[in-house]
Amino acid sequence: MQYSEVVMDHFKKPRNVGTIENPDGTGEVGNPICGDMMTITIKVKDDRIDDIKFNTFGCGAAIAVSSMVTEMARGKTLEEAMNITKESVAKSLGGLPKNKLHCSNLGADALHKAITNYYERKEGKVRETREVVKVEHIGEREGKEKCYCPYCDTGLPEPAPLCTRCGKPTLERTDFPILKGAKKE
Amino acid sequence: MKAIYLDHISGNPLHPQVKEAIIDYIQKDGFGNPVSQHSIGDAAMEILEDARAKVAQLINADPQEIVFTSCGTESNNHAIKGVAFARAKKGKHIITSNIEHQSVARPIRMLSQMGYNVTSVSVDKYGIVNPADVEKAIREDTILISIMHANNEIGTIEPIAEIGRIAKTKEVTFHTDAVVSCGNIPVDVDEMGVDLMSIAANQFYGPAGIGALYIREKTRLLPLIDGGVQENNRRAGTPNMLGVVGMGKAAELARVEMPRRTEHLLKLKKAVMDRLGTIDKIVLNGHPEKSMPGLVSFSVEYIEGESMMMMLDEEGVSISTRSACASGSLRTSHVLIATGIDHATAQGTLVFSYGIDIAVEDIDKAFEALRKSVAFLRNMSPLYKKG
Repeated sequence: MQYSEVVMDHFKKPRNVGTIENPDGTGEVGNPICGDMMTITIKVKDDRIDDIKFNTFGCGAAIAVSSMVTEMARGKTLEEAMNITKESVAKSLGGLPKNKLHCSNLGADALHKAITNYYERKEGKVRETREVVKVEHIGEREGKEKCYCPYCDTGLPEPAPLCTRCGKPTLERTDFPILKGAKKE
Repeated sequence: MKAIYLDHISGNPLHPQVKEAIIDYIQKDGFGNPVSQHSIGDAAMEILEDARAKVAQLINADPQEIVFTSCGTESNNHAIKGVAFARAKKGKHIITSNIEHQSVARPIRMLSQMGYNVTSVSVDKYGIVNPADVEKAIREDTILISIMHANNEIGTIEPIAEIGRIAKTKEVTFHTDAVVSCGNIPVDVDEMGVDLMSIAANQFYGPAGIGALYIREKTRLLPLIDGGVQENNRRAGTPNMLGVVGMGKAAELARVEMPRRTEHLLKLKKAVMDRLGTIDKIVLNGHPEKSMPGLVSFSVEYIEGESMMMMLDEEGVSISTRSACASGSLRTSHVLIATGIDHATAQGTLVFSYGIDIAVEDIDKAFEALRKSVAFLRNMSPLYKKG
């Protein structure tokens, strides 16, 4: 097997699986087409992550990453949690196979999104529920001058539906057929 | 705990009698080179020709039409490049399908980069090629049609005999990759009307590292591996005698035991199908009837294949997945995409392939583990909501 012992341990016994009801922040990244999708929900108390849970669709690495990132973030201040990176998650897992470093290592992104979402809610910026079709570029970084493919980190001249280098979809969309059926309650 | 091996498509365990035959050959100090003119060489030649006859008998061919190779991949490369190079003056057009194994698809892609023209015929939702499409694709300069007999990912069996009749009328050389089918279902080169056919021993309980290419008499093709008179000048190199002995025995056993084996495999297939029916949101891949008896491909919605494979492995069940995440290239299977399945569902694809060494009880145990992993992973999946 190509995975480290720590990865296998988190894969077999994932920590913090589930969804927090009425969360203070939600972060969702990836899409099922490329095989990995993560949702992280957080509860915040005194500027610290009081509770954190995840749901993941993905390979062994994606599940281990989700489990590890929730363990790393629990109890941390929001500022500390924002400093958790893809690299530090991979390092804590004893490394990830090279081809999984980008595509399955979305945990830190989901965590940062959940925290950003918390701040936005606090400022009354966002709606509680998302619209049915929301298209958002998830490779975008601060400043917005440049976009990056979330999978291979190649800079893209402008928001594009597919990465010009690796061909993977760079958009986060919620209008996939599989989602429509699954999300309706 | 003994692992339950449900990945026969990746390689079969050796048949006990094949094992015996190989050990027997080693114990008799078999080392002679069949090309040598002395008595030790002659003895090796006799063994080689005996194995060749057995392989020929399995597919209703003449022994002279069988060339031993190192594997199915070599046979495919030999057939395609051999015909393309030998007939380049006649034309440079090749017809194939979009669900071929990489060992057919890649050599053809290489030829297209060298200036050959390629027409790739699409398949229907079951993965079946329409022979009429093949006929329409034939041009004045078509030199080769290469369509597989049975698909290695979804098990669908192609209408080879019909395509064979078309190829014969239009006088185009016809190759079929029968690696998955040969030795497991009846294969008759005359009934199928093929000029070239690839075979691999590890698909019918023979050893890996040995295969064969059937070459119909008078078929023009250049050798892929050049440099000696072996195999009637068609494949140079000292033959792999341990493999040859194993393949000969495996071919003989496959022919004799086929009806009994098929009956057993169909029983297992029914067991798999019945149990699949008890899990919700499962999509079956391939044709329900025109399919290999020893293989079932299905997609489990809302979860990804590699994580299922890993969980089943933990429970002692070895299976194969066609999810992009588990492939080295991280690309979704071209076969599944060709059948029109959506990318997200393709991610949850598993292949159960079983054999004569598997019992219904093993299928039960595998499903126990599968149910457990499906429940566990769906519970974790953001895409799945109960009810």
